[in-house]
Amino acid sequence: MSGTRRTLSRLRAFLFRRRRDADLDAELAAHIDFATEEGVERGLSLAEARRQAMIRFGGIQQAKEQQREARGIMNLDILLQDIKYTLRTLGRDPGFTTVAVLILALAIGANIAVFSVVNTLMLRPLPFRDAQQLVWIAPPPTKCGMSCATYSTDAYDEFRVGSRSYQDVTGYFAFSSADNLSLKLGSAPVTATSIDVIANFFQLLGVQPAMGRLFTADDARNGAPPVILLSDPWWRRQFNADPHIIGKAYDINGHQTTVIGVLPASFDFGAVFAPGTKVDAITPLNLYGPPRDWGNIITLIGRLKPGISLAQAVDEAARVAPSMCWNNKYPDSCGSYKGSVIPVPLKDYISGKLRQSLIVLWSAVGAILLIACVNLSNLLLARAAARSKEFAMRGALGASRARIVRQLLTESLVLSGAGAVFGLLLALTLVQWLTHQGAIALPLLSTLRIDSASLGWTVLIAVLSALFFGLVPGLRMASGNLHETLKDSSAGSGQSRKHERTRSILVVSEVALACMLLVGAGLLLRSFLHVLDVDLGFQPERAAAIKVDYDDNVPNDKTGDLTTQKRTAIFQQVLSSVGALPGVEAVGITDYLPLGQNRSWGTPFPKGVKVPDNLAGPLVYVVTTGYQRAMGTRVRGRDFAWSDGPHNENVVMINESYARFLAAQTHWPNNDAIGQIISSDPQGDPKNDLHIIGVVDDVHEESTDGEAGWQIYYPVTQAGPVGAELVIRTTLPPASLATSVMRTLRDLNPKQPLAEFRPIQSLVDHANSPRRFFMLLVAAFASLGLLLAALGIYGVISYSVTRQTSEIGIRMALGASAGLVQRQVLVGTLRLALIGVVLGALASLATAKLIASLLFATSPWDGATYIAMALTLIAIAALAGYVPARRASRISPLVALRAS
Amino acid sequence: MSPKLDLLQGTLDLMVLQTLAAIGSLHGYGIARRIEQVSGNEVLLNQGTIYASLVRLEQSGLISSSWGVSNNNRKAKFYAITKSGRRRLVADAEHWERLTGVMDRVFAMDKGEEPA
Repeated sequence: MSGTRRTLSRLRAFLFRRRRDADLDAELAAHIDFATEEGVERGLSLAEARRQAMIRFGGIQQAKEQQREARGIMNLDILLQDIKYTLRTLGRDPGFTTVAVLILALAIGANIAVFSVVNTLMLRPLPFRDAQQLVWIAPPPTKCGMSCATYSTDAYDEFRVGSRSYQDVTGYFAFSSADNLSLKLGSAPVTATSIDVIANFFQLLGVQPAMGRLFTADDARNGAPPVILLSDPWWRRQFNADPHIIGKAYDINGHQTTVIGVLPASFDFGAVFAPGTKVDAITPLNLYGPPRDWGNIITLIGRLKPGISLAQAVDEAARVAPSMCWNNKYPDSCGSYKGSVIPVPLKDYISGKLRQSLIVLWSAVGAILLIACVNLSNLLLARAAARSKEFAMRGALGASRARIVRQLLTESLVLSGAGAVFGLLLALTLVQWLTHQGAIALPLLSTLRIDSASLGWTVLIAVLSALFFGLVPGLRMASGNLHETLKDSSAGSGQSRKHERTRSILVVSEVALACMLLVGAGLLLRSFLHVLDVDLGFQPERAAAIKVDYDDNVPNDKTGDLTTQKRTAIFQQVLSSVGALPGVEAVGITDYLPLGQNRSWGTPFPKGVKVPDNLAGPLVYVVTTGYQRAMGTRVRGRDFAWSDGPHNENVVMINESYARFLAAQTHWPNNDAIGQIISSDPQGDPKNDLHIIGVVDDVHEESTDGEAGWQIYYPVTQAGPVGAELVIRTTLPPASLATSVMRTLRDLNPKQPLAEFRPIQSLVDHANSPRRFFMLLVAAFASLGLLLAALGIYGVISYSVTRQTSEIGIRMALGASAGLVQRQVLVGTLRLALIGVVLGALASLATAKLIASLLFATSPWDGATYIAMALTLIAIAALAGYVPARRASRISPLVALRAS
Repeated sequence: MSPKLDLLQGTLDLMVLQTLAAIGSLHGYGIARRIEQVSGNEVLLNQGTIYASLVRLEQSGLISSSWGVSNNNRKAKFYAITKSGRRRLVADAEHWERLTGVMDRVFAMDKGEEPA
C-alpha cells in the first residue's frame, strides 16, 4: 500500500483540519437528514424519525473522533488541543502557575548548573586532543610535597628514552612562584606569572597557538634568545590584544624577550594544572642548563601510543624506574625512583579527588528536584481535587481515562517546560558567575559552559519530572468514580480523604528528603567550622605578604659567599626599613609561603643513624630572622641571626613533628632536638653538619585539613632562597599598609614591581575554597529544600483546614475552643513533620557513607548535627502549620455552617 | 433474536469497497443502509463508524469522493471505488475466501472428521 501517500494525506488532513472538520460536519448532517427523511416516509413523526436516526447513527461525537483519528495525526491533534487548553487553564490561575514554574525553575536550574560542573570535571574528557591518552606520571602521594611528585631532568631524559609506551613525554617546572615575571612597560615594572615547560609541551597536549608559533627544541637550548608565549587573557589585558605582537620584544626580568605566539583562549594552564591560580605566560625550560642540578623539578605528563593500555604503561614504568637517576653525576642516586614512577590518567590526577564531592553535590540537587516534584505533585493534587467535577464531566461526555491522564500530563509538561526554560536562564547566570571565580581552587572551572550535553540533560530532567509529578495526580484523578464525584457536592467525601492521604504521604517524603539535605549540609558546615578552627601553626589574621624583587647577582662569585653577603645586606635593609613603618609589628622573609608551593632537599638525619628507605624528607623553607614571629609561629630555642654567616656553623630550625620523629630514631637527652646535630651528607663531613637551634610549631603547609608534615628552615644567610616573600605582621588592618610598604620597597629598589599585597588569610581562604564552595552549595540546596518542604506542609495543612471548615465549625459550635482547634491542626502538622524527620534521619544514617570522606573531624553520624537539623525542620514545619492553624481557630461556626 | 455480530477488524472496509463496486457512486448514509440491508441486520453497525472507514479508504486511494446532489435534491458527499480499489477488492476477496475455506476445514476437524 502507498504508505507515503497515506502519511501525506494524514499530514494534509492535520494541517487543514478545520476545513476537514467542516466537511465532516456537513456530511454527518446530510446523513442524519437522509435517515430522518426515510423515517418520515415510513410514517414516523419528524421528531421520532430524527430520534431513531440518531440512535442508529451512534454517537455523533464518537463518530467524529473516530474519523479524525483515522484521517489525521491524532496525537499531534490532541496535543495541540491539550496545550491550548492547558495554557488557558494555567492562565486562569496565575498564582499557581507562577509558584509552580518558580519552584521548577529553581530546581531544574540548580540541576543544570551542577550537571555542567559534573560534566566538566567528571564526565567530559579534558580539553585536549585525544585526552584519554594523556597520563600524569608521579609517585603515590607522600608528605614531602611537590619535591616528591617531581623528577630531575636526568630522570626525565631516561624515562623518555627508556619507555616505549608513549608517543612522547613532556613536563613542566613545578616550582615557579607567582609573579615571577617582571615586565618593564613604561616606568613601573608589572608582575606576571609564567610557567616553564619542556619545549614539546604544547605539541604533546595538542594545543595550537591562536597566533604565531609554539616552542621548538631550539628555544630551550643553552644560549637561545629568550622567547615567551602569552596567554589569551594576558595578551588582551596587558597588550590590548595587539594583533601585531608576534616578534615584538619586551624587557622581562632584565632580558629582551621575544613574543613568539599567543595561546588560544581555550587553553588555561592554571585551570588544568594549578587550580585557582592564573598563569599569564609560558616560557621554555632549558633542560640542559642550570636546572640539570636542581634535583626534582619536573612533573611528567605522557601521551600513550594508541592501543597501549594504562596497565601496560604502569608495568613498563616500573621496569624503567630503576634505571632513572636523580643525577647522572652521582651513580648512587640511580634507582632512587624505584616504586615511584606510576602513570595515572591525567584526568584522575586533575579531578579524581573531587569525585566524591561531585557525587554528593549531584545527589543534593537530585534531592532538590525530587522535593520540587513532590511539591508540584501536591499542588497539582490540590488543583485536581478542585477540578474533579470538571474531569468527571468530561468523563461523562465520553473522554476516556487515558485522554484525561494525557491532558493532565500535558499540563505537567507545559509547566516543567516553562520551568526548564527559566531554569536554563538561571543556570546560565550561575555558570557564568562560576567561570569567573578564579579564586576557587577547583580545576577546569573556567572551562565551564552549558553545552549540548547540559541541554540534553535539561530536556531529560524536565520530561522525567513532568512524568513524575504529573502521573500521581493524573492517575488519582482519572481513577475516581465519576458518578460519585458528580453527585458529591460537599468537600468531605471519601474521594478527598483519599487525596489527603496521598498528599500526606507526599509531604512526609518531602520532609524526609529535606531532612537528608539538611543533615548533609549540617555535617559539611560543621566540618568546615572544624577546618577553620584548625591550628595552622601560624596566625593568618593581620599578616600579609608581598613578593620582593632583589638582585643578589655578583659576577664571578666562585664560592657563592659574595652573593650571600649581598643578599643578606639587601634583606637586612628591607626588613629594617619596612619594620620601621608605623603599625608594623614584625617582619620577615621566606622564599615559600605555607599552603603554596614547596620542595624538599633530602632527609637530614642524626649522624650515624641510617635513613630508612623511601623516607620522604622535610619541606624546606629558606627564611630570615623574624619570619616566624611575623607569621605568628612559635619558636622554641633561638631564632636565626644575621650573624649566622656562610662561615659560621650551619644552623637550622625544624618543626615539632620532625623533631619528635628524629628523637625517636636516636638518643637525645630529654628527647630534645635543640642543640643536636643532623646531616644529610652521606659522607658525614662536619662542614655539612646542621645545628638545630630551634624547634617551631607544625605548620600546615599543604592543606588546612590534612596533617602537618615535616619542615626544616634554613637561614638566608647560609642557603640560597628561590625568591623573597616579605611577611608583615601589623597592628592595623594589613591593607592599610600596602601603599607605605610599596613606597618603601620602591625607595630601596626602583625595579620593585607593583606586586600584590596579599593577606595571609587569603592563602588560607584559597586552600579552603573547594570545601567552602561545596559546603555553600549544599547549604544553599538544603535551604531551598527546607523552603519547599515548608511550602508543601503549608499547602497540605491549609487544604485540609479548608476541607474541614464545616467540621471545625460544628465542633466549635459544640464548644471546642479556638485554642483546642489550633492545637489540633498543629499536632496534625507536627505528626507529618515528625514522621518525615524520622524517616529522613534514618535514610541519612544509611547513606552517611557517601558523605563520610568529605567530612573533617566530624562523624557522619554526628548526633548534634542530627538533632539540630531535626529541630530546625520541626520548627519550620510548626511555622508552616501555624498559619492555617490560626485560620482554623478563627473560623466562625455560624459562617462555616451556613456555607455548607 | 441472537446478539448481533461484532465486525472483525478490516471487514467493514471490505464491505464498503464491495458495496461501492456493486452499486457505483453512493453517499455515506446509502452505503451504511446498503450494508445493513445486505447483512439482514445481523451486523452490529453504528452507522457513524462508516465515516472512519471511508476516510481511511480514501486516504489510501482506494475510493474517491466528491460533493454532489442526491435524488431528493440534498447536497451530499458521494464516494466511488477507484481502479486500485477494485484491484484491492479482488485481492482481499480472494484472501477472504481462502480464509473462510481454512476456517471451514478447521471446524470440520473439530467435528471429528479427518481432514482430506
